[in-house]
Amino acid sequence: MKNSVKEFTKGLIRENPTFVLVLGLCPTLAVSVSVANAIGMGIAATFVLLGSSLIISLVRNLIPDKIRIPCYIVIIATFVTIIELCMKAYSPALNRSLGIYVPLIVVNCIVLGRAEAFACKNNLGRSFFDGLGMGVGFTLALILISAVREFLGSGQILGVTLIKGFEPIFVFGMPSGALLVIGLLLGLFNLLKDKKA
Amino acid sequence: MMNNLIVSGSPHIHKPASVSRIMWTVVISLIPALIAGIIIFGLDALWVTLAATCAALLTELCFGIFTKKKITILDGSAVITGILLAFNLPSTVPLWLPVVGAIFSIAIGKQIFGGLGQNIFNPALVGRVFLMASWPKYMTTFTGPFSYDAVTSATPLAMLKEGRVLDHISYWDLFLGKHGGCIGEVCILALLIGAAILLIKGYISWHIPATYIFTTAVFTYIFGAEKFFGGDWLFQILSGGLILGAFFMATDYVATPLTARGQLIFGIGCGLLTAVIRIWGGYPEGVSYAILMMNAATPLIDRFTKNRIYGVK
Repeated sequence: MKNSVKEFTKGLIRENPTFVLVLGLCPTLAVSVSVANAIGMGIAATFVLLGSSLIISLVRNLIPDKIRIPCYIVIIATFVTIIELCMKAYSPALNRSLGIYVPLIVVNCIVLGRAEAFACKNNLGRSFFDGLGMGVGFTLALILISAVREFLGSGQILGVTLIKGFEPIFVFGMPSGALLVIGLLLGLFNLLKDKKA
Repeated sequence: MMNNLIVSGSPHIHKPASVSRIMWTVVISLIPALIAGIIIFGLDALWVTLAATCAALLTELCFGIFTKKKITILDGSAVITGILLAFNLPSTVPLWLPVVGAIFSIAIGKQIFGGLGQNIFNPALVGRVFLMASWPKYMTTFTGPFSYDAVTSATPLAMLKEGRVLDHISYWDLFLGKHGGCIGEVCILALLIGAAILLIKGYISWHIPATYIFTTAVFTYIFGAEKFFGGDWLFQILSGGLILGAFFMATDYVATPLTARGQLIFGIGCGLLTAVIRIWGGYPEGVSYAILMMNAATPLIDRFTKNRIYGVK
């Protein structure tokens, strides 16, 4: 049990996929305009991570080594299709605002990275907690970035205006703003890590 | 005399000019343009410049305290950043705008990279582009000259972009700065006085400004009008921020190439980009973007224009 907790918590901060492993920056840059988008994207990615980690760790001994990547992609794509169809059915607005980035979860390096680095070498339980931790870590990172961007770029959080008379800084709503925020947060993470060490 | 004062690759000979001395000389050389700006746009121009400079100094001080490094507010570089940033703003902006811009310039443009000498981009331009992308409505509202009650007026380049007639502005008006524009860019005469101080002192070399202005002129002469070789090159030189950019911002020591050859390439690149943005781009003015793009190319230029080491083939 203690081990599983460790597998789960490492994804949150110590091996955070966005700020420490610096994986999956494409969806991070694109969907972190608003907190609502970030939560939707985070949940979708977590679901795919969890599902693909489970299946891959189950079938890891059946997959021939030479064609493992195509096999992973097929498994991942299955889960992406499930979440995309669900999203289209139950939350079409969110699906529209995330757009192409939902199907693109297939090639998200976090998902493929965990499949290649963890799920294919570890048993079911450990892979489950690893996938969950990474997914939650990714979601938290997305929420952090998008909260900064949404507040500075439009003066709102989740669509609620916080300060009256605040003149939004448009640049944070643009891709350049995403790069700025990610870069600064990355620097901050490294600073904290250096302080601790 | 010029030749032994050019900033070149090593080896160097020691001379008394220190960083802070050069920086303060640059500050002095900017004062004519500031006075001209105040005369043309009224006291608003002074407040904007003071706000930007104070904010730049304070940010520099805060970073010095926070990172426990040497406090560098007296070396003059933050003052230059503040003044140059203000020179790139219209005089009508609300006073928090230069403050935010200066904080961004110093914090993100310079200190994040490790302070003076480490910044890859010209800090003042980083601040300007940030403000331009964030609050375009303030950044593109200009007042006309000598109309202290803030009658808006477009810059000559913006009028050209919109295809409006320009015949009421003479070259002489452009040279003296009697037209709408940013605080420090309008009066070419004052800018040239400042540039002359720096050139005579040998703190900047002719390479970047000359090639920059020449390339822009040639390119806009060739492509600036409907038919080839019909562009109004003199107008292009005298309007917008070209002179300010070429002498005071494209010559930033840190973010420009070291060797003379590299500086020539840098100047030509700036000129090309400025002309392309002015003629075909979406913005009326391209000086700040051109210089920033070439700043980004500087490490590459430096790599390919290394001086030959004496005695090595």
